[in-house]
Amino acid sequence: MVAQHIGFGVIAAMMAVAAIRVVTTRYVVHAALWLVVVLAGVAAQFILLSAEFVAATQVLVYIGAVVVLFLFGTMLTRAKIGGEDQLTSRQWGIGIATALLLAGTMSAVLIDAFHAQKLPTASGGTPTELVSDSIFSTYLIPFWVLSIVLLAALVGAIVLARRD
Amino acid sequence: MLINEFLLLGAFLFCTGVYGVLARRNAVLVLMSIELILNAVNINLVAFSLRNDNVSGQVFALFVIAVAAAEVGVGLAMVLLVYRNRRSVALDELSEMKG
Repeated sequence: MVAQHIGFGVIAAMMAVAAIRVVTTRYVVHAALWLVVVLAGVAAQFILLSAEFVAATQVLVYIGAVVVLFLFGTMLTRAKIGGEDQLTSRQWGIGIATALLLAGTMSAVLIDAFHAQKLPTASGGTPTELVSDSIFSTYLIPFWVLSIVLLAALVGAIVLARRD
Repeated sequence: MLINEFLLLGAFLFCTGVYGVLARRNAVLVLMSIELILNAVNINLVAFSLRNDNVSGQVFALFVIAVAAAEVGVGLAMVLLVYRNRRSVALDELSEMKG
């Protein structure tokens, strides 16, 4: 149990630093690379929560595909390689105020609601079989809808991005 | 493990993402901040999945990951289009729809 706590603490601290760097760094490419640290940390938290399949999907889809898309987007919109001072807008004060207000409210509510509730000890993880059974029985219709959404997004992205 | 450790981590990631969406000028960076928000939601979903011993939370997390992938694809295509038309992705210069 102690090892789990230490693991959680180390990964969470790493994620917090990386998340703050994502929203404050002056380099667009660095933001994408810090995002990789956050996403890998989230995958590690999924393993701590005994959801291995979701963790694997997180690594494949997010770190493998989404970050590459971001790097392509950065390349195609010709972000400067050097630092830019104009990446943060002049209204960043409002952003800080909103984020702090949200953080305060959410922490107060969460601590009030779940202050010492323990998670059940994870026993060897969730079998992927259970997840797939659930997707292909209870959530079959949402799965189909999601397939249509992905197809529509694919066609939409091609239509938007092609030159004619 | 306490459930609040995960929920507070999710809340922190969410607030960081909200700050990024509000404060960043570059459209690509705003999309990255949206990814932070979606990941915060996924942590909460999986944490509650373990707490309630119900696999539905993990299924929803998978759905969110798929929708996020679609969203990034379309979002980056739109950013690319904006860049092609205006030679810039600075969001505060896009003010045609301002009343």
